[in-house]
Amino acid sequence: MTQQPGDRYGTEGSAAAADAPPGETASPEPVWRSLPRSMLTLRRLLLVVWMVPLAVAAGLLLGLLAGPAWAAFAALPLALLLWGWPLLGRNWRSWRYAERADDLLIQRGVLWREETIVPYGRMQLVEVESGPLQRKFGLASLQLHTAAAATDATIPGLDPREAERLRDRLTELGEARSAGL
Amino acid sequence: MDEPEVEAMDEPEVEAMDEPEVEAPGAPGAPGAPGRGVRERRLHPVTPLRRAWAPVAVGAGWAVHDPDGAYRQVTDLALWTLLLAGGGLVVAAALYGFLSWWFTHFAVTDTELRIRTGLLFRRTAHIRLDRLQAVDVNQPLLARVAGVAKLKMDVIGTDSKDELAYLSEKDAAALRAELLARAAGFAPETAQDVGEAPVANLVHVPPRQLAVSLLLTGSTWVLLVAALAVPPVLWLTTHSPGLVIGTGLPLLGAAGASSVGKFVKEYDWRVGESPDGLRLDHGLLDKEHETVPPGRVQTVRIVEPLLWRRRGWVRVELDVAGSSNSVLVPVAPRELAVEVIARILPGVTVPEAEALSRPPERSKWCVPVWWRGHGLAVTDAVFATRHGLLGRTLALVPHAKVQSVRLTQGPWERRNGVADVHVETGANTTVAARLRDAAEAELLLQAQADRSRTGRRTARPDRWMAQ
Repeated sequence: MTQQPGDRYGTEGSAAAADAPPGETASPEPVWRSLPRSMLTLRRLLLVVWMVPLAVAAGLLLGLLAGPAWAAFAALPLALLLWGWPLLGRNWRSWRYAERADDLLIQRGVLWREETIVPYGRMQLVEVESGPLQRKFGLASLQLHTAAAATDATIPGLDPREAERLRDRLTELGEARSAGL
Repeated sequence: MDEPEVEAMDEPEVEAMDEPEVEAPGAPGAPGAPGRGVRERRLHPVTPLRRAWAPVAVGAGWAVHDPDGAYRQVTDLALWTLLLAGGGLVVAAALYGFLSWWFTHFAVTDTELRIRTGLLFRRTAHIRLDRLQAVDVNQPLLARVAGVAKLKMDVIGTDSKDELAYLSEKDAAALRAELLARAAGFAPETAQDVGEAPVANLVHVPPRQLAVSLLLTGSTWVLLVAALAVPPVLWLTTHSPGLVIGTGLPLLGAAGASSVGKFVKEYDWRVGESPDGLRLDHGLLDKEHETVPPGRVQTVRIVEPLLWRRRGWVRVELDVAGSSNSVLVPVAPRELAVEVIARILPGVTVPEAEALSRPPERSKWCVPVWWRGHGLAVTDAVFATRHGLLGRTLALVPHAKVQSVRLTQGPWERRNGVADVHVETGANTTVAARLRDAAEAELLLQAQADRSRTGRRTARPDRWMAQ
């Protein structure tokens, strides 16, 4: 890679795009995909399933044992529920990923924003996982492992078919561009 | 470098059984013995003695743990029972040591080091030579007296179970040379005769310099002062001897380990260069010899403690995947350290302090004062970041070693328009360029991902001698 010491990281993106196979990285902007809405539904459902019984239990127990004034603590889980509801929505909207010619991009987070790039050649293992509740909602999660344990490239909710397609494509590309350590 | 090539080279695996010490395949109790003509070897016959320590250590541990109980129990027994029990224990230990030695075999094939061991629970480890990250030959004090050494191949995932302990010194050196020759890609016929590669000495740390550097380490003094100050204070306040001893001894031990222990370990530190890679030899009592083949170094750090700065000394650390050692040079003048790094990471020049760009000034709202210590430089070979204000650390990652790149931005950082870029390597180290301008960080992220992808193309192959 020829590079002037003066310009450190300005023009390189275009240079790399030029020597990549044509067609795949024609547009410098990656094609972002967002996660299915059922992931948001699942997370909200979990929130409700946890918070409502908690509120009921707190209200009943404290109301009966410590006096009606204490039952006001039941408002705490409800407040958490009301606060968490839109937060989950924002978090869900922030998740997105893009497959580029040579690497996978994952973006997430609202307050703590994180963007991860994993070159396909570095991939050691692709894992698709789906719990009973996730299956019910037609979801699967996909995780990429590289030789670095710190690499945290997980997509928590995907359509199972999309997860499988992505898995196959990633392993295929990983083999083609294998680089190891 | 690519998988298919390596697999193709796996095939020709016929080796003449020309050595008289051959053990017939399918030796006693060896169901998993390879049927093909691979020469299996045993460890050095002194090995059983190592295992014989175990029951003695258990007995001693019990006696120390519960002295009164142990004394009572021992005096209750008649003398002959005691002798019988002791004799039985020794015989059992000797038998166990002998059997575990008898059932441990190793063999070097063209592509693997195979270790077969276990008396009841059989264990076979096949370690691929082309995945070799480093080879260690270590000699604890007693092993030096007996003239033996242990050898360990560092591959990701190997642990102490996979070391060959013990081999005679000569065998260990020969085996290391052979493993490295095979890993380097020499032809199988010649690999055994390549012999030890010549070593050119790069650095030798004089004992005086090492001692002074340890005296100038702040943590040693902090521990020593704590060890001397805390127990009297505790004694005055509590008058409990148990508590005083309980805190004083560990503190003294830690102070000793961080000064005397380090001196003993890092005494006579030599860094050498050979066609096999980097050689690190050190130790006063326990001798350790590590060989890191070319292209295995994932990150290099130049650490500059505050008290060393006036003398211009630095410590150089390195990360190799699967290796436990992380020191390259315990102490050396900066110019020498830079020279050594240039030999280890070919084509890399260590960026000068002025070449590092600082975070924008507004990042002082995120990290007050210490923001000045952060710095970043990207050359065409390495990603280099610095952190720390008093003691400084400059970390270098060759682009070819970057596994993944990550940008993070917390709410407070976003408010101030800065972000962090993290680079992860295969030795489980993360190097972060903190507090970069947000737009710059975004560009840096993309550019670094491209560089780590393309950087690999110019890197040397895993089998560094293969044509």
